[in-house]
Amino acid sequence: MAFINLKDRVIQAKIVYYGPGRCGKTTNLEFIYSKCREQINSEMVTVKTQGDRTLFFDFFPFDIGKIAGYDVKIQLYTVPGQVKYNSTRRLVLKGVDGVVFVADSEAERRSKNVSSLANLQENLALYNKNIFEIPLVIQYNKRDLKNQGIEVLDVETMERDLNETLKAPSFEASALDGDNVVATLKKIISLTMSSLEKELENGDWQ
Amino acid sequence: MRSRCVLPFTREITVSLILGRQHLDRIQDTLKKNLIGSGVQNTMLIDMAGNVIVTVDNGGETRDMYSLAALAAANFGAMCSMAKIVGEDEFSLLFHKGQKENIYFSRVNDELLLINIFNNQVTLGFLRLKMAQVIEELCKVLD
Repeated sequence: MAFINLKDRVIQAKIVYYGPGRCGKTTNLEFIYSKCREQINSEMVTVKTQGDRTLFFDFFPFDIGKIAGYDVKIQLYTVPGQVKYNSTRRLVLKGVDGVVFVADSEAERRSKNVSSLANLQENLALYNKNIFEIPLVIQYNKRDLKNQGIEVLDVETMERDLNETLKAPSFEASALDGDNVVATLKKIISLTMSSLEKELENGDWQ
Repeated sequence: MRSRCVLPFTREITVSLILGRQHLDRIQDTLKKNLIGSGVQNTMLIDMAGNVIVTVDNGGETRDMYSLAALAAANFGAMCSMAKIVGEDEFSLLFHKGQKENIYFSRVNDELLLINIFNNQVTLGFLRLKMAQVIEELCKVLD
């Protein structure tokens, strides 16, 4: 649920990075935070457990300029990926306007990707949101692992596992090196903004 | 026997929350008159997704209210889940006491939350009385 302030002409939209534990959601946000510092007016908020895993979320607001005379503030969130934190993931998904699903390319993590995507679908449904309709981008992260001799899944297999029916835009990426991190972000922002524009055009707020 | 934790999904919202200038002015006036006027440093109306709706301060504060809103919504959601686990619908009072600064959370309705930051010159009892009045006024505006 984007919040639109007609008085100050501000739109706040929420984009959530979702995916299995240790797939690189936080690393995506850390890279964006370091590269786009001038557009981010606050510190990155992280709530971690003792083992440095995300407990609640990582968060920062990100100004992307004006659309139709409105200042657009994107709120970027991650969720905790570990299976046991499902209730927290649901809390973070509340009011979500766009999702980046970060999949782990490591071959061993294949089933974790599939179950995390199913979990996303299930949790979105709790808020009456359809995974086929919400702005969604899939990122095949950790492509750099093959340089270290670690077995990675080929992209065709990952597409078949995760994106055969969704047909979402997808990117091969390395959040650690920053490859395609910004491209992923740009794509989800553009999809989310188009979706909000459509919603606004259909609404009676004007 | 283990009980299942059910989150407080009270209402599904499929459209954006849109408040016009008149509504926002009235909300701002209510917060300013009743809370800032009573010594509260920051007061902020947010939704349960962590969006900032209105924020008012006493003129001397530079806090990062967007981050605070995100954490406050998450904190409130977590507290509601904890309440369910111990058999309560919700905890009606959420109050964090610091050495100098305190935070008080109040639910306005199913979707909105009011956050107040205040120092030790304002008593909790007085604030609670004020909040009851403010919430009544906000509900009238939001209806």
